Amino acid sequence: MKKTSSKLAIKSLQKSPSGIQGFDEITGGGLPTGRPTLVCGGAGCGKTLFGMEFLVRGATQFNEPGIFMSFEETTEELTKNVASLGFDLEYLVKNKKIALDYVRIERSEIEETGEYDLEGLFIRLAYAIDNIGAKRVVLDTIESLFAGLPNQLILRAELRRLFRWLKEKGVTAVITGERGDETFTRQGLEEYVSDCVIMLDHRVTEQTSTRRLRVVKYRGSTHGTNEYPFLIDENGFSVLPITSLGLNHIVSNKRISSGIPLLDKMLEGKGYYRGSTVLVSGTAGVGKTSIAAHFAEAACKRGERVLYFCFEESPNQLIRNMLSIGIKLEPWVRKGLLQFQATRPTFYGLEMHLAVTHKIVNAFKPDIVIMDPINTFVASEKEFEVKTMVMRIVDFLKSEQITTLFTSLTSGNSTLEDSDAGISSLIDTWLLLRDIELSGERNRGLYVLKSRGMANSNQIREFILTDHGVKLREAYIGSSGGLTGSARVAQEALENAEVLTHKHEIERKKREIERKRKALESKIAALQADFDSEESEVVKLIKTEQDMIKRLEQDKMEMAVSRKAAKEKNATGNLKNHDKK
Amino acid sequence: MKEKKVNSEMIIKKGNPGKTADDKWVLRLYVAGQSPKALTAFANLKKICQEQLKGKYSIEVIDLLKNPQLGAEDQILALPTLVRKLPVPVRKIIGDLSNTERVLVGLDLLPNGGSILS
Repeated sequence: MKKTSSKLAIKSLQKSPSGIQGFDEITGGGLPTGRPTLVCGGAGCGKTLFGMEFLVRGATQFNEPGIFMSFEETTEELTKNVASLGFDLEYLVKNKKIALDYVRIERSEIEETGEYDLEGLFIRLAYAIDNIGAKRVVLDTIESLFAGLPNQLILRAELRRLFRWLKEKGVTAVITGERGDETFTRQGLEEYVSDCVIMLDHRVTEQTSTRRLRVVKYRGSTHGTNEYPFLIDENGFSVLPITSLGLNHIVSNKRISSGIPLLDKMLEGKGYYRGSTVLVSGTAGVGKTSIAAHFAEAACKRGERVLYFCFEESPNQLIRNMLSIGIKLEPWVRKGLLQFQATRPTFYGLEMHLAVTHKIVNAFKPDIVIMDPINTFVASEKEFEVKTMVMRIVDFLKSEQITTLFTSLTSGNSTLEDSDAGISSLIDTWLLLRDIELSGERNRGLYVLKSRGMANSNQIREFILTDHGVKLREAYIGSSGGLTGSARVAQEALENAEVLTHKHEIERKKREIERKRKALESKIAALQADFDSEESEVVKLIKTEQDMIKRLEQDKMEMAVSRKAAKEKNATGNLKNHDKK
Repeated sequence: MKEKKVNSEMIIKKGNPGKTADDKWVLRLYVAGQSPKALTAFANLKKICQEQLKGKYSIEVIDLLKNPQLGAEDQILALPTLVRKLPVPVRKIIGDLSNTERVLVGLDLLPNGGSILS
């Protein structure tokens, strides 16, 4: 949308960037170049400042010198007043970037005696414009002339001429005007200045005030039509173009750890998606802040920047409390990776909170934003407004690829899954903390109510705060369902005993078999020994037998020799026969 | 009237310049060029001065078209403007001075002059 409007602007109308944060986005480039713009609003709504910032930014950023013609404040007053916003007017005046001109008009000093015109003002303005080559002019506020000059007919005719003359001069002019009862300005300046009208407003609802800006009309250009909240702080004016940006955020597949290993495990073992919105809800004292602190610490350890909005605790108290569960946040604060932002929700209105959030986020450029808790707003505002605000914050942070963690307190008697800010539909990952009351104990349980885009665990895990931080216990799921606290401990003891007896049994069996094996082995040894002795007996027997055979042979041979009859052949043949026997 | 040229630096002095500051009138007329209004104003001023302040006034005519920077000093917006620099307090009278009575009121000359028109 922004793109198309700026394209249109190039074709049809040149614009002078105001340099005011956010304003150029709403108007698609700034104020109409060479035309007068009317800025109107009630007392103290920032008209003068708008004009002054338009000039200062023009002079410092866009090399467009400017004239500030003041009808109300003297140049000294002006210089002092805007010095608090970091504008060094004296320097700019000295360098001929800006000219201040205080026009004083005192009715008591003036006597009207016939025909006159305001040529003097024209000449003065023309002189100033030519002197520094001004491109921008602010008249603040020209309506003072109506108080000083009695002849309205002349004055009106001259004003008409003045605005025409400004157009002819080609200067981009800002004319401020006090808001009237039914008209934009008390003296109907809108009659003369009709190219661009900007309305500033300072409204108080339920004791909190919000400044708002609206582009009432802008000839020849599209512009945002909403009322936009704006801030005036030490950096000047900033308008916050908070529109719902639609649902076309860039998504990331990267995952980041929640800082609690077992919680990561419940989320596919990887943790949250980067750029997603995480809600941690639960009743009082279940440890929402601890989960948030874990997340913050883990992020800081990765070297990421964390912005922590605390709406209920002071940063110091939070740091101390988190120290008790072993989370050290202070070093990160000192390193500048972690920044706390503590404000009461009632300190200013929702729009303002939104505006402040924008501003701080833009300034700090965090990777992770934590808001703890989000629903304290509900007490001060209507639910619908809170929802739109949270939606805008979510939209904004998502478009910046910032992972956001909200905590939300569920009141005891409402259903747990009904987050009172009504924001559940905006949330990507919702962790629910609940207390489980069982056999006289109150234990904490955590489960993942939903987590878009991942196969999350469906278990309720027990959640324990130790002095080393949050610990999640593997869920005990026995025959009697999930058990927590001492019931779980008892059940575990029981199981341990059972396991022990089983172990003993196995040991016993093992020993028995060992004994049996040994018995068997000894038997085998004895038999072997028997066998061995028998064997050696047999060998001996065979030996003697063979000896005897040999002796017989020898005897035979000897006998043959003695008979001298036997032949070698026969001798062998006889031997063979003997063998066969 | 026409015979009197209105010039920026033209200073018309009448009467004795050596008088004390008390009864010395210093008047300054701011104009923008020789517009009809400027000429009328100058003529009217001269007439009034002649009648009321004969011999103890000086008129300085400043043309802002020529010297625009001079306008800021007396906070000139409307033209023509007559500024009574002396005697103090400073008074400003705007317009072409055609309403003589108002001019006299503006210059604080009514009680002395004694002319009451209304």
